[in-house]
Amino acid sequence: MTPTQAQTAAERKTGAVPMLGRIQRDYYAGALMMIIGLAAAYLGHSYGMGSLSQMGPGFFPAAVGILVAVMGVLIALGARQHPPEAGWGRAPEWRGWSCILLGVIAFIVVAQYGGLLPATFAVVFISAKGARGTTIWQAAGLALAMCVICVVVFWWALQLQLPLFAWGG
Amino acid sequence: MFLQALHDLGAGFAVALEPHNLMWSFFGVLVGNLIGVLPGMGALSAISLLLPLTYTMHPVPAILMLAGIFYGSQYGGAIGAILLNLPCHPPHAVTCLDGYPMTQQGKGGTALGIAMMASFFAASCGILVMIFASPLLVKVAFDFGPAELFSIMLLGLVAGGTMSRGSPVKGVAMVGLGLLIGCVGTDVNTDSYRYTFGFMQLQDGAELVALALGLFGVGEFLVNVNQLTVVGGQTKLRLRDMRPSWAEIRRAFPPMVRGTLVGTLFGAMPGTGPTVTTFIAYALERKISRTPERFGYGALEGVAAPEAASHSKTQVDFIPTMSLGIPGDAVMALLLGALLIQGIEPGPQLITEHADIFWGLIASFWVGNVLLVILNVPLIGIWVRLLRVPYRFLFPSALFFIAVGVYSTNNSLFEIGETLVFGVLGAVLVALRFTVAPILLGYVLGPIIEENFRRAMLISRGHLAIFVERPISAAFVAISALLILLQIVFALRGIYRGRNKRSAAGT
Repeated sequence: MTPTQAQTAAERKTGAVPMLGRIQRDYYAGALMMIIGLAAAYLGHSYGMGSLSQMGPGFFPAAVGILVAVMGVLIALGARQHPPEAGWGRAPEWRGWSCILLGVIAFIVVAQYGGLLPATFAVVFISAKGARGTTIWQAAGLALAMCVICVVVFWWALQLQLPLFAWGG
Repeated sequence: MFLQALHDLGAGFAVALEPHNLMWSFFGVLVGNLIGVLPGMGALSAISLLLPLTYTMHPVPAILMLAGIFYGSQYGGAIGAILLNLPCHPPHAVTCLDGYPMTQQGKGGTALGIAMMASFFAASCGILVMIFASPLLVKVAFDFGPAELFSIMLLGLVAGGTMSRGSPVKGVAMVGLGLLIGCVGTDVNTDSYRYTFGFMQLQDGAELVALALGLFGVGEFLVNVNQLTVVGGQTKLRLRDMRPSWAEIRRAFPPMVRGTLVGTLFGAMPGTGPTVTTFIAYALERKISRTPERFGYGALEGVAAPEAASHSKTQVDFIPTMSLGIPGDAVMALLLGALLIQGIEPGPQLITEHADIFWGLIASFWVGNVLLVILNVPLIGIWVRLLRVPYRFLFPSALFFIAVGVYSTNNSLFEIGETLVFGVLGAVLVALRFTVAPILLGYVLGPIIEENFRRAMLISRGHLAIFVERPISAAFVAISALLILLQIVFALRGIYRGRNKRSAAGT
């Protein structure tokens, strides 16, 4: 039994949560690789291919892009080897996902216009609220604790090149 | 020649053991270990965070401290990789494959103990190899042309892609994706921008730290949020658990030796980073194992071999880094940068002109390893307590460390955005059952492999035959071809068997 087969066997045993009907993961995987590969090859082609003896900047990326696209085709063809699975195996976690993304975006924006300390509070507080069961007070406490670590370790000890507070960037 | 090297090493130990230097070495190891243990922080962020501290120091203690940070955070990273499945330093991506399943089975302590033994053993062997082989290896490395460099890196990529966990086709696709990400930025030959999408900040390429922390930090949090309640929290880790049983040591010893050999072999090749080495060491173990299906599900060999390979590789890697100025990986590049700041030029003359730094550094790696073992015996309880924090508190804190860590590498907020993009990409790929580790491999090797391919083509005037006409290069190409052929044979056999089974079932 190859590891791939062992993996799918293990997946079958755990039993995925039925949700989107039966899906064939590898069709999506292959399609994604084809899109990325062809886009990369197309862009690479536009940078100038040159010849083998005098390669242009686009030669190598275009070649790799084609390789990735071919792999995408092979992945999609190989999909028929595995039985389709019943759903993605989990319910979508919109709250957790959006809180993590928003938290990091908040760090970037607040660090730019408000300084390191508010940014620290923002990223920890927002992402902590993404976990189910974390109360507002727990999230705020964690964020404050991180602020203390931030001041002691990064601002004072490591002298990070970012002011604690800044007004309007 | 060997006696001279031995004599120089003795002088190196005298430098490393000077109380002042020893103190900085200890400080570096302690801080590095602490930072390395923190989720989302690896050797790269630790060194780059502390690099400014060294500007005012004397070159020798400065380099010794940075080396200590490197060692400490590398080991701290192994703790995170094994107990948390968080590879902050790229080579640990391989250690995760089997170290984390061991933790899930309650054997995290054993995995850590084996990793510690493997790294100490391998580093000691690496030093011995340097003493006896460094003059020879330098000579061989000088003979390497672009064709040889291309072929050996091709082998690394093929091995890394086809031998990672899961489907080999998907692995190769991931290597390709990594190569494409490596192409981002300014093309050095023509000064034209590739895949920058109009962002000025992408002209220097995608940032390694952002890519690694995005794929393995943010991406992993997106996959795991509200799915994991406790990470390795139930395992009570005590000193006694850290000591592997004799049976385990006996089982881990041969992979340790093989890993050390692989690391030593690849250490002499300029440009092949430790990630390739650990991938190959892991693949080798899996291929020669009588029970390859255990790999990826908590095989002791899968921890011992890559850890040994990465540490012996690091030791031997100093030959091309110092003598040719070609860093094996990003950490070596950072250490080289620190040397340049101190006004010391890497190159063949460095070993003779700055013997105290070169040999002192090598000796300090051994001293640092001893310090690390001594330090981790009493402190492992604290490290584990750091890891017993509930996941819902841990990932927001780790996100903060990632944001600050990525920012500190180049003082750029844009790179935090890069991290986010790579994080989403990583989460999508994981959901589609890709193994993301080979992306890093492709990314690190991409620019070097392209450069050498172009040079080889220039030399041969566009004839691809150059790669098989030169004997060393031909050998590497042949091994790569063999690996691909083996995969095709396996795939065809799988299809054939699948058909037989279906017809036997009568459908």
